Amino acid sequence: MDTLTFFANVDWREIWEATQDTLLMLGGSLVFTVVLGLPLGVLLFLCGPRQLFENRLAYMALSFVVNVLRSLPFIILLIVMIPFTVLLTGTSLGVAGAIPPLVVGATPFFARLVETALREVDRGIIEATQAMGATTRQIILSALLPEARPGIIAAITVTAITLVSYTAMAGVVGAGGLGDLAIRFGYQRFQTDVMIVTVVLLLVLVQVLQSVGDRLVVHFSRK
Amino acid sequence: MIEFHDVHKTYRVAGRDIPALHPTQLTVPRGQVFGLIGHSGAGKSTLLRLINRLEQPSGGRVIVDGEEVTAFGATQLRRLRQQVGMIFQHFNLLASRTVADNVALPLRLAGELPGRAIDERVASLLARVGLADHARKYPAQLSGGQKQRVGIARALATQPKVLLCDEATSALDPQTTASVLQLLAEINRELNLTIVLITHEMDVIRRVCDQVAVMDAGRIVEQGAVADVFLHPRHPTTKRFVQETEQVDEHEQHDNFAHVPGRIVRLTFQGEATYAPLLGHVARETGVDYSILAGRIDRIKDTPYGQMTLAISGGDLDAAFARFAAADVHMEVLR
Repeated sequence: MDTLTFFANVDWREIWEATQDTLLMLGGSLVFTVVLGLPLGVLLFLCGPRQLFENRLAYMALSFVVNVLRSLPFIILLIVMIPFTVLLTGTSLGVAGAIPPLVVGATPFFARLVETALREVDRGIIEATQAMGATTRQIILSALLPEARPGIIAAITVTAITLVSYTAMAGVVGAGGLGDLAIRFGYQRFQTDVMIVTVVLLLVLVQVLQSVGDRLVVHFSRK
Repeated sequence: MIEFHDVHKTYRVAGRDIPALHPTQLTVPRGQVFGLIGHSGAGKSTLLRLINRLEQPSGGRVIVDGEEVTAFGATQLRRLRQQVGMIFQHFNLLASRTVADNVALPLRLAGELPGRAIDERVASLLARVGLADHARKYPAQLSGGQKQRVGIARALATQPKVLLCDEATSALDPQTTASVLQLLAEINRELNLTIVLITHEMDVIRRVCDQVAVMDAGRIVEQGAVADVFLHPRHPTTKRFVQETEQVDEHEQHDNFAHVPGRIVRLTFQGEATYAPLLGHVARETGVDYSILAGRIDRIKDTPYGQMTLAISGGDLDAAFARFAAADVHMEVLR
């Protein structure tokens, strides 16, 4: 059996389309996740114990919502979200139908990571900025976020990789993508060659994301 | 410049009130270097942070430059903080910003100066603290002493009237400590800046402070000019701090002198008297013999002082004592 016959089942055009779908879902959901998750993470941090807006009730409420969303398996979230997704995008199918559940699934996760990254910032930095006469807004924008930047970039990297694995389930709503291809052809039709190609491509994608993220972290760490 | 009227602070921890600062009166005159010394937990850090209201008092009035800061709202408070610089034990520089950007930060936050003026101010501040060549570096590339110099430049950026120093030299080695303290003393003189510093090292007080307050368990237990407090400590806490720098235990010393004949006195000279040839004069005039058991000549800020323990025998002891008492010398008869 030579290589050509081994990859007989692989339709490279289909693979290319699936790769595009995965990248679209990843890119689209990552942007919204960061846009929504960053403020949520900052809010979680500020309401937390001994922080600037310390508020037990608000913190507990936010924490509860975040925990509930994080404890839902993504595959369930995908289905539960369908009515809301239709409302938002007009469809529950395809790439557009997958992005809202991806964002809702990843945002609480990302927000927690942001909260942790902000907690890593030395309290003394906040105190020093306060002592300069900074407003709370200035403390967040000029001190907290820049100081936590390496941690936030690491959080984005981890979130992006989590989103890659979530996209594999998006086939349930017909969003396509590499994971969907692997399940439908590789698993359900026993086409091992398709399985191998898609898994290798996902692996490469994750590796690329991780090394780009790591490089950015190093670049922005001035330690 | 800074006044405390009945200022007190209580923390609520696990449902119980823990007093951090008992009702305190304090006056820090303009242009002075005022030291607060105490062990950790004595309340000095709380007291310092009440001045720029990083801590809120539980009661009492804090007055800075004639204004009651305890009555300030958010906007006035920000303005106050721009006029009160602060430096920290662990420097608290922003790791993500260059040295120049760290120094510029208070000016950018205040938003009153145009960019060019900020750059000029930053350049002159960095030159003042001797870091002109390091403007483009990040804090992690600097030594501890250099980081504290950046901290000082940053604290001075908004041209404050008061500088608060929170254990500013506690993380530095002795040599670096000396150079940072010298810088603080120079700034105090050149800019007529009022400096309040807290420390647990009597040596820091001795080198730069004009006045000192000793704190213990949330109270100021002794206060006065550094030379007076240093040379004639009254409260047990003060005595312990002074002994730590002298590295002498008084009881031990007395035991060692048990076999020494004659009376034992301790003479304390201050200022010009330190260099006067008093001992020889008195010995010749009254016929007493003396031997020096212990002695130290040093400086307190700019004032020279000497402290000497002598055994005196023979001759006219009373006349000798009278001569010492008449001279500009403080005498204690130990035995």
